[in-house]
Parts: sequence; structure tokens; C-alpha cells
Amino acid sequence: MDFETIIGLEVHAQLLTRSKMFCRCSADYANAPPNTHVCPVCLGMPGVLPVINRQAVEYTIMTALALNCTISDYTKFDRKNYPYPDLMKGYQISQYDAPIGRGGWLNIEVDGEKRKIGIIRVHLEEDVAKLLHRTSPEGEDYSLIDVNRSGVPLMEIVSEPDLRSPEEARQYLIKLRSILQYLGVSTGNMEEGSFRCDANISIRPQGSSEPLAKVEVKNMNSFKAVYQAMDYEAKRQRKAAAEGKKLIQETRGWVEAKGKTVAQRSKEYAHDYRYFPEPDLPPLVISREWVEEIRARLPELPEARRERFIAEYGLPLYDASLLTTSKAMADYFEDSTKTAQFGKLPPDRAAKEVSNWLLGEVSRILNANDIDISQFREKVSPERLLGLILSSHGTINLATAKSVLEEMFQTGKDAQEIIAQRGLSQISDAGELEDIITQVIGANPQAVADFKSGKEAALKFLVGQVMRATKGRANPQVAAEMLKRKLA
Amino acid sequence: MRLTREEVLHIARLARLGLTEAEVEKLREQLSNILENFEVLQQVDTTDVPPTAQAIDLQNVMRSDEVAPSLPQSQILANAPRREGEYFRVRAVLE
Repeated sequence: MDFETIIGLEVHAQLLTRSKMFCRCSADYANAPPNTHVCPVCLGMPGVLPVINRQAVEYTIMTALALNCTISDYTKFDRKNYPYPDLMKGYQISQYDAPIGRGGWLNIEVDGEKRKIGIIRVHLEEDVAKLLHRTSPEGEDYSLIDVNRSGVPLMEIVSEPDLRSPEEARQYLIKLRSILQYLGVSTGNMEEGSFRCDANISIRPQGSSEPLAKVEVKNMNSFKAVYQAMDYEAKRQRKAAAEGKKLIQETRGWVEAKGKTVAQRSKEYAHDYRYFPEPDLPPLVISREWVEEIRARLPELPEARRERFIAEYGLPLYDASLLTTSKAMADYFEDSTKTAQFGKLPPDRAAKEVSNWLLGEVSRILNANDIDISQFREKVSPERLLGLILSSHGTINLATAKSVLEEMFQTGKDAQEIIAQRGLSQISDAGELEDIITQVIGANPQAVADFKSGKEAALKFLVGQVMRATKGRANPQVAAEMLKRKLA
Repeated sequence: MRLTREEVLHIARLARLGLTEAEVEKLREQLSNILENFEVLQQVDTTDVPPTAQAIDLQNVMRSDEVAPSLPQSQILANAPRREGEYFRVRAVLE
């Protein structure tokens, strides 16, 4: 029997506010010693009163708008009760039946096919404390708690079960992260935990509307992990179905080292969260004026920017898509093409050339050093990259330019400085080449004779000798012309 | 409704509170009074009133996104039943 895969994703993204969701403690938990960004509110002391961070609500409205959601007129917070040591109050302040946004969508593209993926809801909640698991010398397991992360604004985005393959799931995440980064509401960094993803995955017979058993998968810490876990699950479920085993509704964890999912607790015993309205927080009535004011401030989003890159810079769709997926990469591209003089290069040619460098050599450096474009930018500014590209038209050749870029990245120096220090600039001046050419002619009588008797290949050899004598710096066209003239 | 001593101890346990005998008696009295007050409230006919968690007519209470100093770490950890270095220490809870 043929099955199709049904995937829905639940993403939690930390919002880039300065302060926490319900108190004024700094939300910058990653760079602080443990338990230093904590106050009675986020520590969950009795009797304290939370107050809603307006910026977090705005960021959530912004995101919901960018995802084509309807913004609720009336929204409120609810308590989700469960006992776990990372939850300081014994409940998490979340949103249950009145999320800020609902009923939206985003577009993804897989193998050139466009797919519209539904968004069920976008809501706001708070992050929990961080637990570090330890084992004492006596073998006793225990946990250490750092409360800094407790109360950091967390936005939850739930997709419809519209995804049909691991690759679609991956593309959805890439697109969603890209949108959040363009909005400037989250770093979207999955490895650092500011962008987390849980998945629901099931299979159903082709043409049926009844999935077998919904499996929730957790612990996926990278886009690659999501892809691999979905791929593993889709295969595992098909295999079980083929063997006539009964699939059960359960929660499974992705174990990266083993490359497989492992059953966690059974969903039958899932917690009863006993949601009830948060009595400490008055409800929010979101006026249409506020929504429209936020809508007017929405920045250009990835798809619009991609289309503009094609129209404005004459880039191919492929280049424009890759460049605009990351906002930081797209910004880098525009900063290097916009700010500078292109010298002799026509602007559209320069734009394509910058794109080639970014998607080629620069991306190679990013991958080799496991960094992102923002970190690269600290070493090599867009202006400096353009300076190097212009140098590669005349001053130095392409191979040299690549090695100069590597050195620019390592040392933070600019291209001209490296070219001058290493004496890399091309010699195109006939006066400078005169002596070398005379020497080469004198030292290679056989090749000279061959050339004079009509063997064109001998000229290449002589040019090669000039290049060798100048350590690759001679302009080969100029050298060839001079040799021909002298041997004529 | 009068609470029994056992009920008070049960509630105290859920709230992770240790009570002395005198406190049990005092709270039994106070909690019972509170419950009796709710019994009075329950006589009101609410057939056409939508449920609410809010007793006052406030809405849209928000603050600007500004950071204020947190408490010193020593104060945050001061009441910890168990700590290790800069952290709270608790028994392992693994699912």
C-alpha cells in the first residue's frame, strides 16, 4: 500500500526584546553569569505581579501579519499548569483559546513547485529556566537550575499538517526563520536554542483522510536534524505498517548520535495542563489602528526582496533566492553593490560579480570556518570585498584574488594593503617587463627558434617563463604582445 | 463549609508548605471563612453572564521594553533549600 507523509511543525522562537516578557529583568540570558538576571517575578515568588511587555506583543502581531494571519480583536493570557523544575511558578503563562494571530500561511518552494503551508496560530508565552543535568561522584543524578532564561518572551508558531516530506519541513523552517530574521523579531538561531522545533508526523494510505497514529518528535536541534528525524520517522512508520504492526500515538525523541528516534512517554499519560485564564493579567484588546500602524512598519520580506533583486540588479532567480534567504547575506550584497564606485565595471555586471563572490568564495570561507555572514562582515566589510573584486579586474588575477580574500578574512587587512605588502600587483608596464623579456629570449634559444619557424605553442612557453620570472605577476597579454614584437 | 485538619494539611502539602499545629488551626479557620464567602457569592444568578477571570474592568495594561536591575545573585539564591555554586540544586526529574 502507498502511504503519504503528513507533517505539522510547532516552532518556538525567542523574541529579541531587551527585557523579559513579564518583568524588567534583562532578556540577554546567554551572556550573563547564572541567576543574575532574576527578580521575584521571574523567580515565581508568591504575591508578585507580572506586567506585559508591549514590544513582545508588537513583535508577535508583526509576525502574525507577515504570516498572513488574522489578528484577534480580543486576546488574553492563560496559565498552563505542569510540575517541572524548569518552571518556577509551577505554571507557564501562555495563550490557550485566544491566540494573538490565527489562520495564516506561508509559501515554500520544493523542486520548483510552490506550496502554500497553513499557519494555525501564532501566540505568545514565556520561556522556562535552564536545567543542567549532573551526576554526583556517588552516582546520584541531579539538576542545577539557572533562572536567567525564565520569563524570556517566546513566540509559538503552529503550522497546519500541510507538509508532505522531510524536505518540505526543512524548507518551511528555512522560510519561517528567514521571515523572523527579516522582521528583526528573533535571531532564529537553532543551535543556540532561540529557534526550536517540535514535529507531529504520521502516515496515511494514499487518498485517505485518516492518518494512522500521530507521533510527536522532539529534541531536534538543527535544520538537518529535523530533516533526518522526519526521514527516519516516515520510513519507520511505513515499515511498521508494512509489517502489520500497530502504530501508537506517542512522543519520541531524536537521538542525534544514533540517527534515530526513541519512544519517550506515551501520549495517553500526557499532562492535563488545567489551562485557566491568567487572573494577574488583564486581557488585551487589539485595536485595528494599532494593527494597521504595525502593518505600515513591516519591512520588505524575503519574497519581495528576491523579486526586487531580479528586477533591480538583473540577477538570475537562483542567485536572488540564495542571497535573500538570509537577511544578513542580502544586506551584505546590497551594501557592497550600493555604496561603491564600480570603476570600469558596468553596474549589472558588478552586481552579478558580487553575487558570484558571495555565493562562491565567501560561502566557502563561511562553511570552512563554520561562521555566518555577520561574523565574516566583522573581518571583511562589504566595501572591502568590493575593493578586492575591482582589484581582480586588472591589478591581480582571479587565483591571487581568492588568496587575498582568505588573508583579508584572517587578518582584517584591506585588499590594497595585502597586494602592496606581498607585491602581488600585476605588472602591465612594458618598461618594467623589458629586462625580463630580454633575459627570457636570451635564455631560451630553442623556443625562440621554434616560434620563428611558425610554432605558436613556443610563444606560450615563453610567456610561461616570463610569468615564472615574475612569480605570476606579469600581465600575460602584455608579455605576449612584447615577445611577438621583439621576435618579429 | 468547614475544612477538616486533613484537608488543610493536604492543601499545605500541595503548596509545599510545612505548618506548625497552631498554624494548621489558624489556617483551617481562615480558609473555611474564605470558602463560606464563596458560598455566598454562588447564590448570585449568573445565567446570562459570560465567565471571566477578571474582577476589575482593566484592559491593555502594558509596559515599555526597558531593563531594570535584577536582584543580586546572593539574594536570589538566599532561600534555596539546596544550592551548588551559582545554581539552585534539585533532584533529577527526567522523563
